[in-house]
Amino acid sequence: MKIALMGQPNSGKSTIFNSVAGYKAVTSNFPGKTVQYTLTKFNLFGQAIELVDLPGTYSLTSFDLAELEARKYLLNGNVDIVINVIDASLLSRSLELTLQLLELKVPMVICLNMIDEAVRKGIKIDIEKLSKILGVPVVSAIAVKGKGIKELFSTAYKRGEKKKIGKTLNFSKDVEEVIEKLSAQIKEKQISKEFNVPERFLAIKYLENDRYFMEDFKNRDKKIFKEINYFQNLLKEVHGRPSDVVISSERHHLSMNTYESVVSLTKPQVSLINYLDNVLMHPILGYISLGLIFYLFFNLIFGMGKIAEEPLLDYFYRLIPLVGKSINTDTLLFSVISGIIQGLAGGIAIVLPYLFPFLFGLAILEDLGYLPRIAFLLDAFLHKIGLHGKAIIPFILGYGCTVPAIMATRILESERDRFIASVLATMIPCAARMTIIFALVAFYISPQAALAVYILNIIVIIISGKILSRLLPEVTPGMILEIPAYHIPSIKVALAKTWLRMKEFIFVAWPLLIVGSTILSLLQYYKMDMVVNKFFSPLTSLLGLPVVVGTTLIFGVLRKELSMLMLIQAIGTSNVAAVMSTTQIMTFTIFVIFYVPCVATIAVLWKEIGSKRTLFTVFFTFLLAVILATITRFVY
Amino acid sequence: MTITLDAIGENKKAKVVSISGGWGIRQRLGCLGIHPGDIIMVKRSAIMRGPILISVHGNQVALGRGVAGRVMVEAE
Repeated sequence: MKIALMGQPNSGKSTIFNSVAGYKAVTSNFPGKTVQYTLTKFNLFGQAIELVDLPGTYSLTSFDLAELEARKYLLNGNVDIVINVIDASLLSRSLELTLQLLELKVPMVICLNMIDEAVRKGIKIDIEKLSKILGVPVVSAIAVKGKGIKELFSTAYKRGEKKKIGKTLNFSKDVEEVIEKLSAQIKEKQISKEFNVPERFLAIKYLENDRYFMEDFKNRDKKIFKEINYFQNLLKEVHGRPSDVVISSERHHLSMNTYESVVSLTKPQVSLINYLDNVLMHPILGYISLGLIFYLFFNLIFGMGKIAEEPLLDYFYRLIPLVGKSINTDTLLFSVISGIIQGLAGGIAIVLPYLFPFLFGLAILEDLGYLPRIAFLLDAFLHKIGLHGKAIIPFILGYGCTVPAIMATRILESERDRFIASVLATMIPCAARMTIIFALVAFYISPQAALAVYILNIIVIIISGKILSRLLPEVTPGMILEIPAYHIPSIKVALAKTWLRMKEFIFVAWPLLIVGSTILSLLQYYKMDMVVNKFFSPLTSLLGLPVVVGTTLIFGVLRKELSMLMLIQAIGTSNVAAVMSTTQIMTFTIFVIFYVPCVATIAVLWKEIGSKRTLFTVFFTFLLAVILATITRFVY
Repeated sequence: MTITLDAIGENKKAKVVSISGGWGIRQRLGCLGIHPGDIIMVKRSAIMRGPILISVHGNQVALGRGVAGRVMVEAE
């Protein structure tokens, strides 16, 4: 049986998903974090169940790519039953999607999630009555605490076996008449079969002027198109508003009526966390807090990282002489083994100490619900680079990893915004590049210098954004973003999320690191690295870097942190300062931050923005890196 | 008197009269519970012509200045 989780953004679909799948789907407190569907399989009553977590969607009329993906999946995914997840504290608005799902006539169960939050808001819901009105089972749950999940899935399973569908609620009489007539036309022409949707659903979508269904249509049948136009105009004349507004108002009224008949309001409880916005979104204090939070965050990462880095490195470097005792130091075997130890030492002792506190801190900020607030604070600034506030979400995720950042650009409405945001996101120092900034610049030069690197990076991104938005002049549609209520982050969930993101480094980066180290050792043993270094010598000499850096730059394209780790192996010591001057360290870091995105990023860019624009990004960032690093060489 | 939503002061309520602008913006705002006839409370207005924060049906939404300028309201 295939079960799909469908609901409005931030209603807790991924949390429900994770409660049966383990922590597989990233959860955060901001609308639109899930941009792709995730699948899992589990057993229920001895039956294999396939569960799919779909991106959140406000309605079945889709605007951004993530919403479109959810709808597409639902329309052709052979789903046996839909679990419509609703944030119970936002019931009235959420019912609008529920009504549309009922129009689709798929077997359904409603999950009233975050029922505790609704109670706090003073919203008491008569669950039985709601179930009676809609003709579908309703189960209340608190997904973060795992409450109600078992009941939800067993109810869904039973309902899915029976394949029973709910009721469809009717609009006003005159609107229903129009829908009926259009449905009859659609039935006659057998169009709805192609889309695999009920006639009534399609008729309503046509009256709503849904772009997806309309566009598909214009190329084919002119006759039915005329009919649609006729009925749209009919509604418009009678109601004095465009037909899509008529339908959405009708649906709104139905939702409000349903809401009012099942809800009794009491006095909301006032919780302290609601006052947080008085500071965090304040026109002055908000910006001060933003700066302070990031400054503290920065110091925390550096402080914690430094404590762990030194003893860990020492430990590893005591291993190499030990190996030298049992294996002759002139042999190939020794150079390979010591290469691998050096590589792993970097991976464990240099990368992990900075990575863990960073990802954990990011998880806490995400779960609290701070990211949409940053979007609010920075909207005006982002307009200056031709984007709007929502673009800050992929940018912040970019400090973690560029790949999910580029995926997250799907929450932006226009293709142009997605392109600009994707290019800029590749320049944001991801966690891998962060370890380079911390382990080289902060460690050997000073924490202030590292902070300066971040500030310089932001300035370069602003200038690049200005250039790109000049090249592609188009007015950005403007921000419409829900600001969700704060949630107190759960340490357990934050740790699970940190682990999910760190796994990538451990299971993807470390094997690469071992292979890379082996290859570099072999190259060095056979003196082949000279050839590569010679090839790169025009670049390295332009930047004033040691010739051995050449080889490491290739590894950096595989994964950014490899460029630093291979550097350590190439110069043969973890004490970089002994071989490179502070200017060289700085030049190297600046170059590595900006030059060519890593392969994983290139792959996702290719998929999201196409080959031409990806090649443009590669070329643009490389050029930028050469210019900036050259300036650094002479100025710093 | 109808004015645009961005002209409403902080902590003031307004009733939506109409939404000018195209199909996309009407639909998006409708999804967030903003239709003609709904009551909106303006909670905050960011500096430098930044977005406004409104509360509608117990939910907070940030609207960019350009978007807010297309929502025609009546001050209550």
